[in-house]
Amino acid sequence: MDKEKQFLTTITSEHKVFDLHLRETFRYRDLIFLFVKRDFTAMYKQTILGPLWAIIQPLLTTLVFTVIFGKLAKLTTADAPGAILLPGFLFYMAGNICWSLFSATVEATSITFLKNRNTMGKVYYPRLVAPISTALSNLISFAIQFVLLIGFLLFFVLTGKAVIRVTPALLMLPLLILQLLILSVGCGVIVSSVTTKYRDLAMLVGFGLQLWQYASPIAYGLELVPESIRGIYLLNPVTPIITTFRWALFGSGYFSLTYYLISWGMTLLIFFIGLILFSRIERTFMDTI
Amino acid sequence: MSEIMIKVDHVSKKYLLGQIGMTTLHAELQRLDARIRRKEDPTKRIGARDYEKGESFLALDDVSFEVSKGERVGIIGRNGAGKSTLLKLISRITAPTGGTIGLNGRVASMLEVGTGFHGELTGRENIYMNGAILGMTRKEIDAKIEDIIDFSECRQFIDTPVKRYSSGMYVKLAFSVAAHLDSEIMIMDEVLAVGDMEFQKKCLGKMNDVSNAYGRTILYVSHNMNTIRQLCTRCIVLDRGKLIFDGGVEEAIARYTEVGSACFEREIDLSTASRHHVLRKKVLFQKAEIHRGNNVYSSDESLDLTYTLDADGDHSDIRLMMILFSSDGTRIGKTESESFSVHCGANEIPVSVPLEGLADGQYYFEISILQRSRSFGRDKLDCIPNMIPINISNLEVFGFKGDRWWSNYWGHIMLKPIRLLNGHGDS
Repeated sequence: MDKEKQFLTTITSEHKVFDLHLRETFRYRDLIFLFVKRDFTAMYKQTILGPLWAIIQPLLTTLVFTVIFGKLAKLTTADAPGAILLPGFLFYMAGNICWSLFSATVEATSITFLKNRNTMGKVYYPRLVAPISTALSNLISFAIQFVLLIGFLLFFVLTGKAVIRVTPALLMLPLLILQLLILSVGCGVIVSSVTTKYRDLAMLVGFGLQLWQYASPIAYGLELVPESIRGIYLLNPVTPIITTFRWALFGSGYFSLTYYLISWGMTLLIFFIGLILFSRIERTFMDTI
Repeated sequence: MSEIMIKVDHVSKKYLLGQIGMTTLHAELQRLDARIRRKEDPTKRIGARDYEKGESFLALDDVSFEVSKGERVGIIGRNGAGKSTLLKLISRITAPTGGTIGLNGRVASMLEVGTGFHGELTGRENIYMNGAILGMTRKEIDAKIEDIIDFSECRQFIDTPVKRYSSGMYVKLAFSVAAHLDSEIMIMDEVLAVGDMEFQKKCLGKMNDVSNAYGRTILYVSHNMNTIRQLCTRCIVLDRGKLIFDGGVEEAIARYTEVGSACFEREIDLSTASRHHVLRKKVLFQKAEIHRGNNVYSSDESLDLTYTLDADGDHSDIRLMMILFSSDGTRIGKTESESFSVHCGANEIPVSVPLEGLADGQYYFEISILQRSRSFGRDKLDCIPNMIPINISNLEVFGFKGDRWWSNYWGHIMLKPIRLLNGHGDS
């Protein structure tokens, strides 16, 4: 028998810095879809309204924003001087659905290991399957909300309450959503890797996301931010995504290629740090969780 | 020699003792602060044993073995011997601290039945879910779903959410999925210890079939020696993280019972044992010495031991009585000795207790000293409950080698075989 025989799988104590089993993860794509389906079925079983809940929540948030930040606080909804002012409702809704995609994904992927320890402790499957499927189920909710947003947009345009410009920038929308997903999975995966040992960070996530939301132009337009700190403000990787999303969708607003590229750079950096941490932790997290 | 499917090469797994996984970031910072200021760790429990940094426990210590295609290998050992750790390493749930493991095929691990089952999903949906977690693709499951449903005996309820299933149905469904996996290597951790008797037999049969027909390699961990006998072709014995035996099933089981009897006492001190019904301290048990080095017997053997009785004077018409209990406390039967006499002081009484007819299981005795009395028939001079544990393990049940005795259904006594009258037998 040949002693140096190659095995299909070799398990060692050594660890490659960047070993993500991507091919294997692809082989488990059926599992990803089943996880997404399970999340959806389980979430809406025994509810009367079912998937309607996916739109009720952002609708209510948008209404609250329209009343509190728009009507009472009278915060500006302009991203750039001279931009066409949209009905506040559309402005808030666009920001809200993007933000809820981001925050829901961060929150859900940040408990990947904790939530799946029952299955992960008994069976091997590529661990990345879990955060990917979480991100996909949030993407489905987002898609439903996006359709609703388009519906409102058409309603406002047809009733003459809003003017939008259709520009080629519309093609950027999928790219923006992809970026938002990558960023949120990156953040969530970093948190989930650290929380296998320290649970504190999980407590911080909800609170941190709330603060982050106020540091992003969701409840107000970019114009509200004083010129002096605008440079730092735009370094928040979420900010250029949100403003560019509105710019691309409504055809007016704020777009800066420099800050948009910086945002991409930070997104990829966070994502890769997350993946490296994740691949380090996934091998032995069952011993410490 | 056929193809090697699993090669475990000098594998070790180390766990840190003491606070594994620490507590919170805050406590960690406190500890760091204390270390910088060279003070005592403020988070340490007062009086707790001080584990040195790096002090560790080897759950597996330099284990090496190879498994060829089609082999069915049993892994036995006491609790904490490292069996489950080994399975976890092979099924890639956690990584080894040292050494390498080579696998030549897909691994399906059943360390638990029904992994990933979700109560809200129906039986059919859960088959897809569980199958996918175990590494099957949708197509593979589509091709097998009918077989799986048939095997599970749950067709009637297949479109009902599994949260409404009885636990037995749940287990049957889960096992059926695993049994239909196409993986080349199957890893099982005592999952067959569930479900009713018929279903267990069906599962063992199925495992035998797939292994024989498709050359599937099976690793099986169990404390039940009878299922090991039925399923396995080879056995590995682990003891405190080390591989101490690798070879034939019967020798391995013998080796394991030897390891298990390491904690077995040959000499039992009866003078301080708790006893009841002692009216007058005339004759008392002093000690019992078991002749054999272990406490595993088959029912054609007898339990040989020597009692030492302590008497306050010469007495005659003394008898020993032993009441047999099963491990769950059921009274099984009683036996008595002939009468004998004792003299003042220590008396050594060697006895032999036949174990004929006892089925597989664990038993213990209540031992008494009786004396005939003129007024009440007989007096109980001494009585000690819960003594002399024994294990019965028979190689054959009604002439079928390796068949298992189901004491839940059949009780504890293996009655003599039924005789066919008028010469109707096969022979």
